Amino acid sequence: MLAQIEGSQAVAESVVLCRPEVIAAYPISPQTHIVERLSRMVKHGDVGRCQYLNVESEFAALSVLIGASATGARTYTATTSQGLLFMAEAVYNAAGLGLPIVMTIANRAVGAPINIWNDHSDSMALRDAGWVQLYAETNQEAADLHIQAFRLAEELSCPVMVCMDGYILTHAYEAVDMPAQSLVDAFLPPYSPVQVLDPKAPISIGAMVGPEAFTEVKYLAHHQYLRALALIPEVAGAFAQQFQRLSGGLCSPYRMEGASIAVVALGSVIGTIKEAIDELRLDGIAVGCVKIGCYRPFPMVQLRGTLEGVTRVIVVEKDLAVGMGGIVSADVRMALQGLPIPIHTVIAGLGGRSIPKSSLKQMVQDARAERLSEPHFLDLNRTVIDNELMRRRDQRQAGPMAEQVIRAVNAIGTKVV
Amino acid sequence: MPEQRIKFYQTGTYTAGNRLLNEEARTVQSRMDRTNSLNSGHRACQGCGEALGARYAVDAAMRAAHDRLIAVNATGCLEVFSSPYPESAWQIPWMHSVFGNAPAVASGVAAALRAKGREDVKVIAQGGDGATVDIGFGCLSGMFERNDDVLYLCYDNEAYMNTGIQRSGATPPFARTNTTQAVGETPGNLPSTGKNLPRIAMAHGIPYVATASVADLHDLEAKVTRAMAVQGARYLHIHVPCPLGWGSDPAHTIKVARMAVESGLFPLFEAQFGTVVDRMPIRHKVSVEQYLELQDRFKHLFGPPRNTDAIAAIQAIADANIATYGLTA
Repeated sequence: MLAQIEGSQAVAESVVLCRPEVIAAYPISPQTHIVERLSRMVKHGDVGRCQYLNVESEFAALSVLIGASATGARTYTATTSQGLLFMAEAVYNAAGLGLPIVMTIANRAVGAPINIWNDHSDSMALRDAGWVQLYAETNQEAADLHIQAFRLAEELSCPVMVCMDGYILTHAYEAVDMPAQSLVDAFLPPYSPVQVLDPKAPISIGAMVGPEAFTEVKYLAHHQYLRALALIPEVAGAFAQQFQRLSGGLCSPYRMEGASIAVVALGSVIGTIKEAIDELRLDGIAVGCVKIGCYRPFPMVQLRGTLEGVTRVIVVEKDLAVGMGGIVSADVRMALQGLPIPIHTVIAGLGGRSIPKSSLKQMVQDARAERLSEPHFLDLNRTVIDNELMRRRDQRQAGPMAEQVIRAVNAIGTKVV
Repeated sequence: MPEQRIKFYQTGTYTAGNRLLNEEARTVQSRMDRTNSLNSGHRACQGCGEALGARYAVDAAMRAAHDRLIAVNATGCLEVFSSPYPESAWQIPWMHSVFGNAPAVASGVAAALRAKGREDVKVIAQGGDGATVDIGFGCLSGMFERNDDVLYLCYDNEAYMNTGIQRSGATPPFARTNTTQAVGETPGNLPSTGKNLPRIAMAHGIPYVATASVADLHDLEAKVTRAMAVQGARYLHIHVPCPLGWGSDPAHTIKVARMAVESGLFPLFEAQFGTVVDRMPIRHKVSVEQYLELQDRFKHLFGPPRNTDAIAAIQAIADANIATYGLTA
């Protein structure tokens, strides 16, 4: 049924349709609306015997789910940014223990400087923790991905992060088709764990493994994890059949027929990219885009298959590996290794900086004219950078950088206007 | 009834032998049907107080839970010596996640059992003093504050022993550890107040808090049994000497533990909803010196030159405990 609702509400309702048994959460913007709604629904009695725990930290939230999942319960939490990093140890632990926990990441920048707005620094920091990472383009997809995530997690015995852009999606109201409970029940069978803490059949979980077996354990984890590359399209296919719409999948091309330039990105920025592409196509530029829907495990083969015919790739990513450049683009380079395709890294949208269509169109033009630096920072305020670098060169006690830049930006802003 | 019983002959200790007690009052360990939850063959050191405490505590919890028990373990000696795979000494469902989250993991287990309508299965969490008073403190406080249905057992050996004897928030003043070495102007640990977790647990107003010692295993079992009969968050702080870390004779573990109790340094008491309701009077008072002398970690206090101020400061802590808990009565 179509409803005009906020992204967070859609996700919360979607999670409830999955019949979770234990939810634990700690509030952090912009995740709060999801967990507030869930707490209300649980307390109101809309979620069966589901337990909702208000815990004292994100580390505790995921730790509660580790215990609950190992006891055979379907479990859920949501977090972002500092919260995700605060629970990092448990994030690795949940994956290592093979517990099918589902967690929403309301993607947000990581400080310092503290910033509550959207980019992908948080989930990227934990991309190699052993969780499947799915990225939603729209609120409809965010809602749908949660239903797929529980099925994936439980079939793989592997935790899944559903990443959705903070504010841009979590706080946006748009029409979302909420599926009927009966359809979800038919799509998502009750959780049947491969390991469970049970007094009738006692097992030890989380035992110590030494150098004689650690490599083999890790290899098997990798092997199991890679099964997701086959399972994700299968689950997305089953989802399409059950719910009559496309959602999820490994990577999705848009106007890639005859494209010589491909823009690769994750998340909600794909919407703007599509619009930019439509306009560039009208101008006769053969450009398309590829959305990476599943970033971990990385769809190496599928991406190469989609991109190998183009002559140029631009990766637009909302993250920065300081001292290195792009994170996603490094993986795309790996996928395309051996092919004579130039690959540009464009760092965009950090800390909630908007990514306007005009900038994206300019970016494509600049790439064609070989005017992109490597990595290229979209819409970088060069004047502020140059002034600050000069000031720091001249002054040893230059003070905190973030505060200086803020002051400089305000000053320039007033002058420009 | 059991045909063969373990008999306790603790000569010179005023402790009644098990055989002198009526059958119901005998220890869980003395029963043929004890569960050996922490089975033999694990890799604890000789004279390990923690292994002894855990064995008695968990078996008593199993008996109280009619064998329907799930245990969560923090990282630490107990975890490492009991579970070097493929060996596991645990005969009960047992889980280890990380160092600082055992109380939260246990809350999760309890929540899952509630969600599944399996309140007949009980949950314990256990950890050393480092896991409890330091790194897992936030999670423990959260578990208390929510009054989750978990019994938390802290095996306090007063330092990080698994990593090689480093100071924790439960290390006593002046004690030597590898991060508070017996060198410089103020050898050993800071003369600080430390972190009194039983009192902090009581401040949460949870239904049951108690201290116990491996010096009195009957009392330990009885407290576990009473704690298991209570619904909600419960905390039992068990004093467990570590011969390796304390520099005491492995054969003296019980003796050292008893000296801690009888000097007043480790008061044994029970509290309900934040109020002390019972305490174990000292039967044969000893000076703290007699306790300290048995352990190399306090050797530097005895000189030369003898640190009379430090010894007096430790005696003052013991005297204050005796007054606070009324241990002479």
